[in-house]
Amino acid sequence: MERRDSAMSKTQVHFHPDGQEALVELLFQLADDDFLLAYRGSEWLGLAPHIEEDIAFSSISQDTMGHAAMYYQLLEDLGCGSADELAHARPAAARRNAVLLERVNGPGHYLREPRYDWAFTVVRQYFYTQAKRIRLESLTKRVYTPLAEVAAKIQVELHYHLLHWHTWFVQLTNAPGEARTRMTKAIQDVAADFAGVLTLGAKGADMVRWGLIDDEKVLTERTIAALAPAFAEVGLDWPMPFGMKHGNGRNGEHTPDLDEALATLSEVYRAVPHAVW
Amino acid sequence: MTKEEVWKTLELVKDPEIHSVSIVDLGMVERVDVHDGAVSISLLPTFLGCPALDIIRAKVEEAVKQAGASAVTVEFLRHPPWTSDRISEAGRERLKQFGIAPPPRQMSPGAWQVECPYCGAERTVMENLFGPTACRSIFYCKQCKNPFEAMKPVLVSR
Repeated sequence: MERRDSAMSKTQVHFHPDGQEALVELLFQLADDDFLLAYRGSEWLGLAPHIEEDIAFSSISQDTMGHAAMYYQLLEDLGCGSADELAHARPAAARRNAVLLERVNGPGHYLREPRYDWAFTVVRQYFYTQAKRIRLESLTKRVYTPLAEVAAKIQVELHYHLLHWHTWFVQLTNAPGEARTRMTKAIQDVAADFAGVLTLGAKGADMVRWGLIDDEKVLTERTIAALAPAFAEVGLDWPMPFGMKHGNGRNGEHTPDLDEALATLSEVYRAVPHAVW
Repeated sequence: MTKEEVWKTLELVKDPEIHSVSIVDLGMVERVDVHDGAVSISLLPTFLGCPALDIIRAKVEEAVKQAGASAVTVEFLRHPPWTSDRISEAGRERLKQFGIAPPPRQMSPGAWQVECPYCGAERTVMENLFGPTACRSIFYCKQCKNPFEAMKPVLVSR
């Protein structure tokens, strides 16, 4: 199969062979998280509440897809296969994204009567972006230089994603009537699966031991501390404890929502293997 | 080709979406090396999700080859991160000519204030944090009543 080189330069990279498994696992989590959420974001194109949001959200999703591409590139550099293949061709059981991020935007289909849930989307995006920021902060100070550099680059861009979703979160939750009711329910729905975003999965301890990232308990505490002020701002109780209601995606447990997403997003890739991306 | 000639050529390579500004103005060129007529150029991507990166690479290759290089390699670096203070003074002026306010030099939490690129007024309001591309925002000038775009400040904290 002939594929065009990706935009970013390739560098030969090495990590201690015994630590490579943990590194690869971490990179798959980072890549798949951003990839699936960017895909769900892209399904909103043309359906967001107003045209300015359509523009903003599609920019954010495109940028997030760019972040996923960087992580897949790091995996390619480690000899895990081509970035395109890793993004499109891996089956659901091989995916390491948190289940929360694969879940559909709401009932319906983006081509047929979409009844997407904007409250759920805002809460999921806001919670995830805070967790992502905390994770990046940890990664920039860690031992694997290529990942630390990518994290530093993504960090400066993420600032704007966070501003955007924080604004929506506070404004909708503080709005009277239906908005607050729906946001409160969405917070419960997101919290029920948010532990799946915070966990590093079965190989988490190895990742910490190899100096790749901070312990998930520390990251969780920091994420909670980052989210708490927004709850004070909107006067809502903290939605603890977080759960993994629909399974632990880090360990390959997923929902039919992921099968549907992968079938759709890889349709062209599978139909035209020689397509240039 | 000499290094200086390569830099001069790169000044003619414009941003695909902002035709008044070159990639040199934007501070995207990190390094130029010339060995026996073969040119290698290292660029910094502005935003990672930017779809213009491959177009820029192709334009750079074409321009430098036409200027006489025997071989050209273009790579995008992931380090250091591109920041908006890399935009030159000339670049800031050329952005204004295109109707885009240059990025503020400092990043303040929350809203930032920019001058209208058309009339210079400070009475402007942000309409949308995200404009037509990830690196821009949409503003409105209360003085001359024109909508305009502004480049986001992208700076490394600490």
